[in-house]
Parts: sequence; structure tokens; C-alpha cells
Amino acid sequence: MAEPVVSPAAAGGGGRLRNAFGGVLCAFTLLLIGVLAFSIRLFSVIKYESVIHEFDPYFNFRVTQFLSKNGIYEFWNWFDDRTWYPLGRVIGGTVYPGLTLTAGTIWWLVNSLNIPLSVETVCVFTAPIFSANASWATYLLTKEAKGTGAGLMAAAILAMVPSYISRSVAGSYDNEAVAIFALIFTFYLYVKTLNTGSLFYATLNALSYFYMVCSWGGYTFIINLIPMHVLLCIVTGRYSSRLYIAYAPLVILGTLLAALVPVVGFNAVMTSEHFASFLVFIILHVVALVYYIKGLLTPRLFKVAMTLVISVGLAVCFAVVAILVAVVASSPTKGWSGRSLSLLDPTYASKYIPIIASVSEHQPPTWPSYFMDINVLAFLIPAGIISCFLPLSDASSFMVLYLVTAVYFSGVMVRLMLVLAPAACILSGIALSEVFGVLTRSIKFQLSKLFDDSPAASGESSPESSTNSNKSENRNEKSETAPKERPSKKNRKKEKEVAESVPVRPRKEKRLLALPFELSVMGILLLIVLGGFYVVHCVWAAAEAYSAPSIVLTSRSRDGLHVFDDFREAYAWLSHNTDVDDKVASWWDYGYQTTAMANRTVIVDNNTWNNTHIATVGTAMSSPEKAAWEIFNSLDVKYVLVVFGGLVGYPSDDINKFLWMVRIGGGVFPHIKEPDYLRDGQYRVDAQATPTMLNCLMYKLCYYRFVETDGKGFDRVRGYEIGKKHFKLTHFEEVFTTHHWMVRIYKLKPQKNRVRGKLKKAKSSAKTSSTLAAGRKKNPWQ
Amino acid sequence: MPPPLPTLAIPTLFLILIASAVSCSSLPPEDGIRIVSAEKRIDLTAPIVKVFLTLKVENAPTANDDASQVLLAFTPTEAQHLSIVKATRAEGKRKNKSYVPLPVEASDLDTTAPNGARLYSVLLSSPLKPGEATTLQVLYVLTHSLEPFPAEVSQSEPELVYYRDSAVLLSPYHVLEQVTYIKMPSNRIESFTRVDPTSRAGTEVKYGTYHNQMPSSYLPILVHYENNRPFAVVEELVRKVEISHWGNIQITEQYKLKHGGARHKGVFSRLEYQSRPSISGASSFKNLLARLPPRVHSVYYRDEIGNISSSHLRTDSHKSELEIEPRYPLFGGWHCTFTIGYGLPLQDFVFESVDGRRYINLTFGCPLLDTVVDDLTIKVVLPEGSKNPQPVAPFVTEKHLETSYLYLDVVGRPTVVLKKKNVVGEHNVPFQVYYEFNPIFMMAEPSMLISAALLFFIACIAYLHMDLSIGKSS
Repeated sequence: MAEPVVSPAAAGGGGRLRNAFGGVLCAFTLLLIGVLAFSIRLFSVIKYESVIHEFDPYFNFRVTQFLSKNGIYEFWNWFDDRTWYPLGRVIGGTVYPGLTLTAGTIWWLVNSLNIPLSVETVCVFTAPIFSANASWATYLLTKEAKGTGAGLMAAAILAMVPSYISRSVAGSYDNEAVAIFALIFTFYLYVKTLNTGSLFYATLNALSYFYMVCSWGGYTFIINLIPMHVLLCIVTGRYSSRLYIAYAPLVILGTLLAALVPVVGFNAVMTSEHFASFLVFIILHVVALVYYIKGLLTPRLFKVAMTLVISVGLAVCFAVVAILVAVVASSPTKGWSGRSLSLLDPTYASKYIPIIASVSEHQPPTWPSYFMDINVLAFLIPAGIISCFLPLSDASSFMVLYLVTAVYFSGVMVRLMLVLAPAACILSGIALSEVFGVLTRSIKFQLSKLFDDSPAASGESSPESSTNSNKSENRNEKSETAPKERPSKKNRKKEKEVAESVPVRPRKEKRLLALPFELSVMGILLLIVLGGFYVVHCVWAAAEAYSAPSIVLTSRSRDGLHVFDDFREAYAWLSHNTDVDDKVASWWDYGYQTTAMANRTVIVDNNTWNNTHIATVGTAMSSPEKAAWEIFNSLDVKYVLVVFGGLVGYPSDDINKFLWMVRIGGGVFPHIKEPDYLRDGQYRVDAQATPTMLNCLMYKLCYYRFVETDGKGFDRVRGYEIGKKHFKLTHFEEVFTTHHWMVRIYKLKPQKNRVRGKLKKAKSSAKTSSTLAAGRKKNPWQ
Repeated sequence: MPPPLPTLAIPTLFLILIASAVSCSSLPPEDGIRIVSAEKRIDLTAPIVKVFLTLKVENAPTANDDASQVLLAFTPTEAQHLSIVKATRAEGKRKNKSYVPLPVEASDLDTTAPNGARLYSVLLSSPLKPGEATTLQVLYVLTHSLEPFPAEVSQSEPELVYYRDSAVLLSPYHVLEQVTYIKMPSNRIESFTRVDPTSRAGTEVKYGTYHNQMPSSYLPILVHYENNRPFAVVEELVRKVEISHWGNIQITEQYKLKHGGARHKGVFSRLEYQSRPSISGASSFKNLLARLPPRVHSVYYRDEIGNISSSHLRTDSHKSELEIEPRYPLFGGWHCTFTIGYGLPLQDFVFESVDGRRYINLTFGCPLLDTVVDDLTIKVVLPEGSKNPQPVAPFVTEKHLETSYLYLDVVGRPTVVLKKKNVVGEHNVPFQVYYEFNPIFMMAEPSMLISAALLFFIACIAYLHMDLSIGKSS
């Protein structure tokens, strides 16, 4: 924050006071932006309650609780036996610890000041705090590219961009909340290093990158985007020592630091995601060497040397590349992880990994979701790109590259809209700031022409008005001057001088290019309306669309607000009325919540690391009762939990997710065949449903005695009457159903005592069933 | 400050300890006392058993001494479940009759009683001269004295319980005439022991009248009847009271609740519970009523996984009533935990006594109606800087001091911890904690914050005006 105060002060003695005032105003504005970013995310607390949201945050919360209770060393060594039963999970080595450590540190700090905040409260408010940080980081990044005005604009836009709000409302305690800050801040430090050539910032950059690696798997975006930008700079002839300092330390330090994070470890050098950074690292050195030799030799000698080196070098390069390709190609996934591959090839996941495809946030977005998530920014981005090219500096080319890649990734997965949001905000901030600059300048110019015809006075006023956006010059002028000036920009000071001198020179031309007064006023008004529209949309999105915690649902009817708190009802029941070591089976969506809220051991959870295990549960759910009982019994399961929305019309229930259970189960155990469950290519549970469907465990557990509620068995989600209405359960018994029937818990009945007379028969049937199981690979746990 | 009530409920744990403390001052049992007539009314309508005794006690004209105490006898099982004993004495003639509360103590004479019976002595306000008679009203409350039988019931079955007692009054004295009434909540009485003369009228069973019972006579009876009233048992209750002299008292109560009746067996069908509420789940309960002080504010009701949205608060000028529903209906043996928190205005509860000390005057016990608290802990967190905390409770409690640290505390807050077992509604009487407090300590934390902000700004100014670079950049 000291920056805006100090640097303008150095500019000149006359404007010192004005600059100091500007600095204070800027700091104050930033403070307000931070408050805005924090408070717009509190809708969820005000409208609902201070509670952890959704699924993954519950896991993070549980990890943070463990960390705060047992300390950091226990945390690294934590083997969690309450999940993925009977396999367990090494939490310390498989989790990105950034978020947990951040919240744990905040909690520790607050508690050492004797402020009695619970871990939950700290976790709930971590995301809003970090969105304030992220908007400040955006200010810094944009300021590096286009000056203070654009920076403030971008920070304000980012503070309330719906896409980011969706991931960082109070209670949404997820990795992304912290990671977006780390992402922007790393980019800022990279651009800062690029602009200054300071090794200090380069070191900070590596540390910031380390924090990003700690926080989110999305760090691979950074380690691929920055090399791409370096390559771009080299190709466009912008190589400089600053570029070298910005990149080389990052790769070395950053890779070493990244390898320290247990979840990354040797992946930091082994996987293909990191390959690009090393390749560019080599290229950068070759280029540096070439520039060095070029400085030593005369142009003629250089040419000779060039041809020699290129011919030899190319041969060596091809050999190395060929070896690398061979090595990479020998591994089945080409060294890429499934998630990265599904990014590069959008159809990959749906073809090979149904578990990734089954998550709704991994689907490609629809067009309305762009409008929902970034709203008017979508229209401002092109203007921002244009102004980034006028003139194209290292920093602004980085912004453009960031935007283009982010647009691609957001097109593949709706979840990565989050990465696009900061880029969209920065470019829209730049665009708005430029347009405001142009319009206000022309108004000022026209006004001064109107009231005072003396050219000297108007000449004085025009550059001063543009101090805030002193880089937003006349377009023609700038595009001509920029390329010429580029080589001379050796360091920061010179660059600044150029920036200072530019607005003074084109004074004459600018006056000619000023827009008419009425048009400028109209333009400003329209922009304000546009901004107002954006703000209204953001507030609406924050308040209505993204603040629901999803574990508690509400509906508004004529007789007031109705609360559906069934999930917590079920989890509370499980936690207080079952044995502490009982195992609960459910579809993996509810795994994290069950371990965190009910403190019971689950078979599978949202960390979908073991496809076979999930397929086993999917198979059990889609098998008939007896087979399912056998699978569950072999897994020591005592309770089975299903989510059923048919009574109240809750659409994301297990029947609607059943398609994925069948698909994932069938992917591993071929006796589950998807067509058996389909009627005319559709999953149906009404009278036309297939017998396999109507006899599978999921159907039975969901609709057990459902028909007795209204006499017909009308399913409100599917909108029709169910197919099989009256049936009995033989191997399961209902032990708990919540108030609105949204969660139903069944207990596995104990095995029946053998009756003496039936001994022979039972024996023979057991024999056949066991051979059957062996033959058809029914159950992997026997 | 109201006078300490003359009641004394002693957890069995401390019985011996206190008995030995009393031993030096107590008297041997007066030989002359006999009970002319005794009426025992046992109220079994609730899960908590209340017994009302009306004893007409006479000091025999032949006695040598005045009688200063009357002994009450309890079987060892009763003594174990005994929560509170209260006694009053009728004084004055018919027109201006008044009941004077009398202190009750555990007696040290246990050794003289047969079969390990425990004796409690009612200390008379004025000694009973030979030939004089007086009427005593005794109330005692027994918890966990109803045994569910069958011990496990399914959802549609009602809950049946056993109650064991004696048809005649267990007493160290001669009882000339006595009668026992047992009142049940409903007509459905499975069985009851007959000790003639025994009669049943509606929901009431009458034993007696019996004449001339010898001391320590005991005629065991067993009553088996239906009791569907909620068996709400708070296994553990921690009430934390934080006093802030800025004007607020914050109370946080953490409950561990259990349905103490017959265990639930087999399936729980929501369908039957919802469609036939009268038959299905008759023994379960789904809401509880808490009576809070008037002018209560910022009430919350939550558990460890968040807010519980099913509660209603009704306030008027005399009291506040909070109706809470646990997340799920409680069947026999089911547990749940929750926390109730609320704020109270300081001026309603903290006063300054004549000697300059301050005291907080709060109600002991549990605000939930009709519940038994097995284990009650009250923590009164006094403001930072207060000295010499001194609790005054009307009955014996275990007490000790702690220090808790809250909100930027440096020296910590003295905390008075009171513990008591087997608490029922009769324990909801005021208690006080006296302490000395200097209001200057209220300024400690604000001044800390102000100085921290000041230091921060000074540091900022210093940083901006210093050139920390080693060499001049060229």
C-alpha cells in the first residue's frame, strides 16, 4: 500500500500534495473494495446461518479441526481410517494443505489472543477474507499492466464478480477461495519481476507459487501459462534480462518448493503437466546464450556461427525430443493425469472416466452460464484486449494470453469459469478505465474550449486530467511510438519517464481527436448504467443464486418460509444413535458430510481416488436386494443411507444420480449392464421401467412404503407414479427416515439362523452362488 | 437476598462426609416420638416420582426430653435416587395457619437403622415438648425410580413401567395409623400388589388404612402401569454464565439429552409416525419447553453441526418460554445434544450489596421443564479483574475456582464452578455469587486496542519516512 504513496511522490515536487492525496484516496478506495468483497459474501450467513456449505468444504473443515486439535506433525502423518473403509486414506499426503494451514494459522492466531472463535467460524469466514485479498492482488496486477485507474476498476469488478462469489461465499470453505488469491498474486509478482527485473520479486514469486501449489491442483495452470508467455516474448523478439530473471528462478525455486508439498512430490518433475516449463527453461537459456554470443561477435561471424549451431543444435534437439516422446508415449496416459487430459481433450472424460464426467461442475458450460457468471464483462473483454494491444507491453501481452487460455479452459469445464473470472475482471477493468479516461478527457477539453478559448489553459488541463490513466493515450500516437521505444526501455525508471513524457507530446493531436461533448456525456452515462446493471446482477447472484448452503433448503410458500433440514437431521441421528464404529454406505456424494457431521466411517467419499471401490458401491446399489446385501455385508456395512426427493420434489436425489451408479458400477463389474435399466434409452421408474430397475436396491430403498403416503406413489421429482408400489424388504430394515423423507437410513438385517431341515438345501445353493460369484466377478471383497 | 432455603439434598457421594461433620452436634433419637397419623401420596404421573407425606407427630407425654428433630427413613435404593427432601411445619390455628419451611439434613444415625436404611432428620424450629403434637408436610422427589418393563418397546407399543415402594411408611417410629395413595397417569394399570386393605379408584390405588405399625416395618409393593410421559433425562448440562459489565450477561447451556424410558426396538417408520401420531410413538417426545427469564435477547438454539430451525420463543413481561424441538423425535434410548444460548440485561441480575461487593443472582437448576439433570455444572465467569468470588447456594454443591481466558484477556477471568448431581425442577431456586469488582478494569481491553492501533500508525509513519536501502540505487 505504500507503493501508490511513494512512487507518485518521486514524480515531481509540484504535484506532491496532489499525489499524496491521490495515494490516500487510492488506499481508502482499496479498503472500501476490500470491505465490499468481504461483505457481499455474507448473504449466506445473514439469509441462512454461519455454517459450512456443500460437500468438499466439510472435508476441509474436518481436516482443519484435526489440525487445530493435533498439530501440524500429526496432520502430516494423518491416516484417516474413517473413510474408504477398509482401505483408509492417507490424508496428510493426499490433500492440498494450503487452505487448511491458512485457516489453522488464523485460528491459532485468534486463539492465542484469547478470542474464543471456534474452528468452524474461522473456516466460514476464510473465503470472504481471501476474496478481499484477491481483489487487492488484482489491483496490484492490473496496476503493473495499465496503471492505478485500471487497477482500482479491476479490483472493484473482481470484488463482486459472480463467478468468484459462487466459490467464496461465507461458508464455502474450499481450496479455490484461497487459490484464486494465490493465483492472482503469483501473476502479479511475475509481472512485477518482468517489469522491474528485481531478484527480490522473483524470489517472492517463487514463494507465492509455493503457496499456490499448497492450495490447489490448478497450480499447473500457472506453471504452463508463464512458460507460454515466456515463449511468446521470445518469439516476438521481446527477450530481455528481466524476462530471464522473472522466469529462471521461478522454475528452479518453484519446482524445488513444489516438490516439498507431499501431494505433489516428485510429480513436480515427473508428470507432463510440468514438462512445458522445463522445455521453455532450456529454450530460454539457449536464447540467452545466443544473445550473449551476438554481443561478442561481429554480425558476419555471428551468421556463420548461427548456421553451424542451428544445424548441430537441431539434430541434438530432435534426438532429445524423440527420446522424451518415446518415454512419455510408453506410459498409458502419456504422463498426464486424468483431469488434465480431460482438459486437453474435452471428450476424454466422458469416454474413459465416468467418475469425472459424473460431476456436474466438470461438464462444459452453457452460454447462459457465461452471462450468469461474468455478466457484462463478457462484452467488455474484447475492448480490454484491444486496449492491451495499444501498446503491447510484456505485462499486457501476459493479460491477453491469460485471458485466451482461461477462456478455453472455461469452455471445457464449467468449474474453470473461476479461472476466467480474474482475467475477465482485469481486462474489463482496463477497458472501462480507458474508456472513462478518453471520455472524461474529451469532456474536460470541450468544457475548457467552451469557457476559455485560450489554448494554453486547455493545454495545461488536459494532461493533468489524465494523471490517473496516463497510459491511456491516443491510439494512433501510441501504436506508432511504442515499438520504437521498446528496445530503449532498459529499466523501470526509463519506462516511467517515457510514460510520463508520452501524454505531454500528443497534446495537439489529442485535442483534435477529442469526442464531441454530448457524445462523451452520453457515453459516460451509458457506462454508468452498464456498471449499475453489473452491480445489481452481482448482488442478486450473491444473495439469491449462490448463497444457499445446500445442506439446508428453504422454500417460500404462502404460509411463510419452510425449512428442509433433513440432511442434518439424518446426520445428527447417525452421530448420536449408532455405534461409533458403525460403517455407513451411501453414494460418494455424501461421504464427506457423513464423516464430518455424523462422525461415522464411510465406504466411499467425494475424494474419488479409487474407482473400483466406488464401482462396488454403485454395483450394490444397482443389484437386487440379496446381492446388494452380500456386497454390503462383506464391506462390514451396518447402515445404508439414500437420499430421496420424491416426496417433496428435491431433484438432486439418488434416483437422478442412479444413472452414474449404474455406469460406474458397470464399468468395473460387467454383469451390471446399463441397457437393463433403460427403457427406450431413458432411466424410468414408472410403470414402463424395466424389471431390473424395479428390483434394484436403490429403487427399493427409495420407494419403500412410499405408496402409503398418498395412496398412489406419485413421485414429485420425476412427475409420475412409480412402477412397483407394494413390496417388502427382506434383507434391510428401515431405521430412520427424516421429516420430509429426504434421507432414509436402512440397517442390514443380521444373517438368519440356519434351520436344521433346510441345511442341505442352503448348502447346495451357497455352493452355486459362490461359484457364480467367482465366475461373474460379482464381489471383489470375498 | 432471600434467605437460604431450608432444604438439603445430598448426593450419596457426600453423605458420609457430611454425616460425619454433623455428628458432633446431633442428638440421639428421641424415644418418645411417635407418628399419630401418616398419609403418603405418591405421584407417579410424571417420570419423576414425587412423594408427599403428611405426618402428625407427637412427643409422648411420658418422654423425658423435648424433641428437636424428627427422623425420616429411606431405603438404600430410594436414598440413591433421592433428589431433594423438603419439609414444612404447620403452625398456628386453623384460621391463620402457615407453613414454615424446616431444614432437612442427612442424619449420622445410619448405623442404628436396620438393613442400611438412610435417615434424614427434619430439624424443628421449636422443640416439641412432651405431650405436644405437630403436623409436618414432607415432599421428596425420586428420580430414575420407574423401571420400564418390558425394557424394549417397538414404535407402536405404549410404555409400561414398574414402581416399587412399601405399602406402609418406613419410619424409625411407631406409626399408629397410616394410609398410602398412589396416583397413576392413566386408567391402564397392569397390576399392583395387594396388601389388604387395598382398593383402586380410577387412576388411584389406595393402601390402608393400617394401624399400629412397628418401627421399620416394610411391606414391599409393586405397581405396573402405563406411563407415556416424556422421559427426558439430561445426562449432562453445562451452564456457562459470562458477565460483562458493559451491560450483558451471556448464558450458554450445553445439553446432552436422552430418552430415559424403555428402549426403542426394531424399525422406526416415519410413515406411521406421521400418519398415526396418537398410536405410533406414544412414548416418544419431540418437543421440550424451556422457561427463561424475562427480557431475554439473542436466543439461539443449535448443535455442533449448525442451527436447529425448529424452535419458538414467546416472551412477556414475566417470563420467556422457548419451545424447542430436537432434530428428530426422541424414542427410548435415543440421544441428542444441543446448545441454547441467550443474553440477559445486566441490571436484572447483578446488584451491589450493602458492603460494596457485587453479586449476581441467578436461578440454579435447568430451565427445561419436567426433566431430570443427572449432572449439572454451572460456571459463572466473572469479569476480568474481579476478586474474592464467593458462591452462596441454598444446598450443598461441589464448588471450585477456575480461570478462563476470553476476548483479549491478559490475567484471565475468575470462574466459579458449581456442580451438582440429580437435579430436578425443585432445585430451580436463586443462588448468588459475590465478588469485588473495580470498574476501571472495564477500560483495559479498549485501551489495549487503541494503543495497538496507535502503534500501527506510528510504525507506518516511521516506515514511510525512513530510507532503508543500503546503497543508493543508480
